[in-house]
Amino acid sequence: MALSNVLELPASGFNFENSARNAVLEDVLGDGKTKTPKPMKTGTTIAGVVYKDGVVLGADTRATSSEVVADKMCAKIHYIAPNIYCCGAGTAADTEKTTDLLSSNLTIFSMNSSRNPRVIMAVSILQDMLFRYHGQIGAFLILGGVDFTGSHLYSVGPYGSVNEVPYLAMGSGDHAAMGILEDGFKPRLELDEAKTLVCSAIHAGIMSDLGSGSNVDLCVITRQGVDYIRPYQESEFKDQRQGRYKYKPGTTPILRENVEPVEVEVMQETVQKMDTA
Amino acid sequence: MQNTRGLRSQLKDSVPVTGLCPQAGTYGVPDTLRRGFSSVKNELLPSHPLELSEKNFRLNQDKMNFSTLRNIQGLHAPLKLQMEYRAARQIQRLPFLQSSNLALDTLRGSDDTIGFEDVLNDPELSEMMGDPHVMVEYKLGVL
Repeated sequence: MALSNVLELPASGFNFENSARNAVLEDVLGDGKTKTPKPMKTGTTIAGVVYKDGVVLGADTRATSSEVVADKMCAKIHYIAPNIYCCGAGTAADTEKTTDLLSSNLTIFSMNSSRNPRVIMAVSILQDMLFRYHGQIGAFLILGGVDFTGSHLYSVGPYGSVNEVPYLAMGSGDHAAMGILEDGFKPRLELDEAKTLVCSAIHAGIMSDLGSGSNVDLCVITRQGVDYIRPYQESEFKDQRQGRYKYKPGTTPILRENVEPVEVEVMQETVQKMDTA
Repeated sequence: MQNTRGLRSQLKDSVPVTGLCPQAGTYGVPDTLRRGFSSVKNELLPSHPLELSEKNFRLNQDKMNFSTLRNIQGLHAPLKLQMEYRAARQIQRLPFLQSSNLALDTLRGSDDTIGFEDVLNDPELSEMMGDPHVMVEYKLGVL
């Protein structure tokens, strides 16, 4: 619809037009009676360990929305590049979108320069992006990958803080997971030891934290390739469905059947020759 | 005479005030016909901590980059670049249509990066369009 005055389109990117309205709504609707809807958080346990040949990343699979489990099989280990994967804790949509944008940027770079991206590039791009928004994007990320300089494990906070460490846990269950990692980590672990260590760290998080649960996903990244094991360990507390919810064929009785053939009369026939010369 | 212009430039970074009247049309008085009713509170105070920093983000980035470039390579480097930016900025469609700004993107280097400004609120997908005659008249200053 064309307006009759001069139209100034809002700038692309984030639009803050409704933030004044939301602040007023919170005041009016507040008083403890109604609350604004909370975004889906991943209330998570994520962990990573650098071992002899690469990096092992692990995550649980529960996504919560306040006190309700919103997703029992959430995938928290995101693909960034063929040699880089990222675990995300915090607001689910934020981690998803941020890692998507990062992955797109690195793909464009790979196409431009025909090289696999380095882990430090992913970290720098993330750091710039998250610092620009001053922590409003709630993404707590663990980036792990292998490039020609070696295996790296970085943690990136929502304000853009970066740490490079050999073992790491983040999320609401990080205290429990960190305890296991501190106890069991040695430099240059073997693959099986590393997988068991990360799995027990995530398991400790699942047991001790309400926001983490369900299965354990693992992702092993080496120079040769990536092994994404989903699920690595299934939860012991799966419930059995008590009844079947699909209706058997024949549940609805047929009362009467009436077949009427439809008479079709040819009104007009045209033939168009196709020129196949 | 009071240097109101000077005061405005001091406030520019913290408070979005264009002149003394945010809804100003011609002659500096509030233009209700074209800008709608004005609310002083909405114009003065940013309602979101990121609102101001996002509005000026590109400007501040460019300022920073140009001053670094000037310190490293001398005055000619940012001057030449800004000349090219001005030329590229003039390649536009008619005012009511959305231009791709391809030359400007290439100069800035944003043709091989993706950010939130490419995903959210893309002006090409906007559901509103200005009236062609009014927009062209406004651009030519005839309105």
